[in-house]
Amino acid sequence: MSASDRPAPLNPSDAFKDHLLATLPHLRAFARGLCGRPDYADDLVQEAAIKAWAARDRFTPDTNMRAWTFTILRNHYLSELRRNRHQADYDPEAVERLLTMEATQEDSVNISDMEAALQRLSPERREALLLVGAGGFTYEEAAEIGDCAIGTMKSRVARARAELSVMLDPEREGPAAVKVPAASP
Amino acid sequence: MELALSQPKGMDDRKHKLGSSSQPSGPGQPGWADGLRKLYNSVLDEPLPDSFDDLLKKLDRTNDERK
Repeated sequence: MSASDRPAPLNPSDAFKDHLLATLPHLRAFARGLCGRPDYADDLVQEAAIKAWAARDRFTPDTNMRAWTFTILRNHYLSELRRNRHQADYDPEAVERLLTMEATQEDSVNISDMEAALQRLSPERREALLLVGAGGFTYEEAAEIGDCAIGTMKSRVARARAELSVMLDPEREGPAAVKVPAASP
Repeated sequence: MELALSQPKGMDDRKHKLGSSSQPSGPGQPGWADGLRKLYNSVLDEPLPDSFDDLLKKLDRTNDERK
């Protein structure tokens, strides 16, 4: 049974909670892509969920819960990055090993390779690609979540796509793929 | 509650599916684009880990206090 099959909760807090809980898998996927570490990603999700719960009076019902909670999560993640608490755990050599592993799955791109390649992008470009390329947000929504202009978001996505193409699909794309419209980072 | 936790992709934000008009998509997609979505969806399909139990209890508790 899905959330939509259940009777509508009577209490607004119950409705909010159900909505928040249904959003948790998306938050986990977004956080995993952002930081590349499952345990830390789940910590981020839990902290973001608690912040969202504490601020639930500020959420407008019938608006996009996923966009709202993603914004909370990315702001929390960025403040954590600034405090430099978890960056030391990032191991570039491990990423390199993953990238040079031979693909063992039938997929055109091994998921491990994709995870490793994502982590080689700048945080802004990684976030942009996750929001638009994986999360399914429009550029407008992604720009709002990422607190930047739409043109900046488009540029970040284009640059992230070009970088990943060089990393993951070099034969097809070639070095020319990195040429993207000039704009802010 | 368990029901909501196992809710897979889609849910309330169905209108925000991949491939809406203002997103890059179509035949020009590089080979890895599908891998990016698979990566995202692989996490969506995971059950919530046990570590989330405390969070859920906390939400329940504060909700009860408000009623």
